Amino acid sequence: MENKTTIVNLTEEEFVYPGNRACSGCGLSIIYKIGLKALGKNTILVVPPSCLTVLQGVYPVSTTKLPVVNVTFASTGAAATGVRGAMKALRKEDVNVVAWAGDGGTGDIGIQALSGACERDEDIIYICYDNEAYMNTGIQRSGTTPQGVLTTTTPIKGKLQQKKDVPAIIAAHGIGYVATASAAYPLDLYDKVKKATTLPGPKYIHVHSPCPPGWNFESRYTIKIGKLAVQTGLFDLYEIEDGRFRLTGASKKLKGRERKPVTDYFATQGRFKSLDKDLVARVQAQIDAKWANY
Amino acid sequence: MHIIDSGNVAAATGVKLSRAQVIAAYPITPQTPLTEKLSEFVESEELDAQYIPVESEHSAMAVCIAASTAGTRAFTATSANGLLYMNEQLHWAVGARLPIVMCVANRGIGAPWTVWNDQQDTIAQRDVGWIQIYANDHQQIIDSVIKAFRLAQTVSIPVMVCYDGYLLSHTYMPFDLPDQEKVDEFLPPFKAANFLDPENPGNFNPVTLPDVRPDQSGTTRPGYIEIRHRLQMDLRASLEVYKEIDADYKKDFGRGGHPFVEEYKCDDADFVAVCIGSLSYHLRDVIDAMREDGIPVGVMGVQLYRPFPDQAIVQALAGKKHVIVFEKALSYGNQGALYADIKSALYNAADRPTIQNFILGLGGREIKTEQLLAVLREACAKPGTAEDTPRWVGLKL
Amino acid sequence: MTTENFEEIISRGTPGPGDGGRTGSWRVLRPEIDLKVCIPAKTNKMACFTCWLYCPDCAVSKTIPPVIDYNYCKGCGICAEECPAGAITMVDEATPMKEEK
Repeated sequence: MENKTTIVNLTEEEFVYPGNRACSGCGLSIIYKIGLKALGKNTILVVPPSCLTVLQGVYPVSTTKLPVVNVTFASTGAAATGVRGAMKALRKEDVNVVAWAGDGGTGDIGIQALSGACERDEDIIYICYDNEAYMNTGIQRSGTTPQGVLTTTTPIKGKLQQKKDVPAIIAAHGIGYVATASAAYPLDLYDKVKKATTLPGPKYIHVHSPCPPGWNFESRYTIKIGKLAVQTGLFDLYEIEDGRFRLTGASKKLKGRERKPVTDYFATQGRFKSLDKDLVARVQAQIDAKWANY
Repeated sequence: MHIIDSGNVAAATGVKLSRAQVIAAYPITPQTPLTEKLSEFVESEELDAQYIPVESEHSAMAVCIAASTAGTRAFTATSANGLLYMNEQLHWAVGARLPIVMCVANRGIGAPWTVWNDQQDTIAQRDVGWIQIYANDHQQIIDSVIKAFRLAQTVSIPVMVCYDGYLLSHTYMPFDLPDQEKVDEFLPPFKAANFLDPENPGNFNPVTLPDVRPDQSGTTRPGYIEIRHRLQMDLRASLEVYKEIDADYKKDFGRGGHPFVEEYKCDDADFVAVCIGSLSYHLRDVIDAMREDGIPVGVMGVQLYRPFPDQAIVQALAGKKHVIVFEKALSYGNQGALYADIKSALYNAADRPTIQNFILGLGGREIKTEQLLAVLREACAKPGTAEDTPRWVGLKL
Repeated sequence: MTTENFEEIISRGTPGPGDGGRTGSWRVLRPEIDLKVCIPAKTNKMACFTCWLYCPDCAVSKTIPPVIDYNYCKGCGICAEECPAGAITMVDEATPMKEEK
């Protein structure tokens, strides 16, 4: 049985300074501070343009107490490869090399470099925070925006297409560790990132990140809404370790129990305002079918 | 020791002698044999480096950017569309002031597809801020690679070493192999002033404001424009630095001494043909033939194109009667880029020559010695008739 | 022209607080902890700290009692929403200002 981290024994050491420019109630901010606690000091971060670029600060101030290299949008996976290559060349192999990108930077513009890094079996941790649209440019649809969601480029009917399943795509590379997590379950996230620091090869962690302005809800509900996504069975917390899939944490507890209807989740956010009954029913049916296989 | 091998192998050997630590490349004709050779050097442990077979040129430069930011000597190589696919990364590497070295085996750009030589690929990158060195033969390729690594790390600016695809990359020529110990003395290990260091964390290349801003201690730090101004100043200063490095190389290895332009029979010439790359050696045959007829003509190869050695150009060309610029590239919709640059450099010269522009050899169109001879003869016969519109040599339709 | 100090100027930020200024000024509502209800304060035990765990801005301390850094707290209200004891209320920023007067 693994030792699970608790609030009480979670380290007090912070690697993020307060007073940064992230929005009030930002899900990424929670993910970032918890993730960095798990990674610790001996870490180098690689970051493409994203909300994280804003959070990390404007020159000459950095809000992160770790070395960070900003890189071009499409290059994150390759840049992380380069840092790892340099660490090998310098015989500093114990450093965590961590790419940290948004869902657009990961699943859309950055997927080629990420796929290349996975195929090359690079010893990197890749963390994708998924706020389900291009938030930093002002809430445009992304490949990972769910069906029916209103964005500034799907302003009336909502997005017509389904959400791209990025962790499944990455898992298809056959890498040793793929996991999902949520801003609403920071300790589960912490344990997954911590585990990733102990494993060889590429490690991919996909983190659901509620976004108050982008999803159109009041900032105090970030955790509630993140939890609802899990409790309705829409976003599942899992690990795929050496090819073996298992639900974790709150999703594991849902097994064999009644899940909340997905409408509970949709009702909390303005971005689902244009959903029609048919689509809601289809999404509910998809969730039920998915869970029937767990 | 002399060996006979291809230009690509000369480049790869220069990289090996320079002890590159991280190499990333994606194969593209005609650079491919260089990539293959480097992977062989690394796999056979002749070179202690990380060879990373990336999935694209964009990623190749990403690896170099990151590895260089982490404090290692990084190298890549490409051609044509591969170079263009890197374009945003080239800007990034220079803005971040990273001493990356890249070889480019010059090739024409699609569409339509061509794999053959011209120089449109690197000439189109002239404004990104990389230093561009052009080699005219195999010896210059290997020597330039070694000098490039020292120049890059001295001035913290990336350097391209360019050579003509196929004409140099795939032909076999004898060249001298510099001695490893002497190269080690000439090129000390790379020690970055700032690098990705958990003991001294910093955020590299973050959002930088239009205006200056104080740091934690209250010291005013630059805005974007100051950082870019500094790059321009340092690029201009690189001219002098490269001259010193080239002189050092000549002292140690006995070759060089013409870092900016390489002149052939120009001293007493009234007419000077100017070009970039191996064409300048091709033109020597033409010059010799014309000299036999008593025409006072010479040829000058431009070896450093960025930063542009304007003073050296003026020194070489002011007082001549007529300058004929041959180019395997152009700034579409205007003129040859080299022609425009030379014309601009000569604008304030006291005794400026008339100047003419010829475009030739695009997409590997064969450049015949007779054609060059005919063009040069005509240009030298009527030097007063300079025209500003480039003429094209060898069009068949 | 110097050839000594190349790379003197690059864009490299150094770590520190307040990149966005005193982000406490963003607040409309201010979280206030009722120490009679707050679990660690009431029990004097290292317990709960839900507010510290979820605070997106590292503006709550893991201490007995937890202390909110009003210089930087953006007033998102997550702590009040998630506090299992209901010890945190969001108060109109104007109210404490009036009381201070």
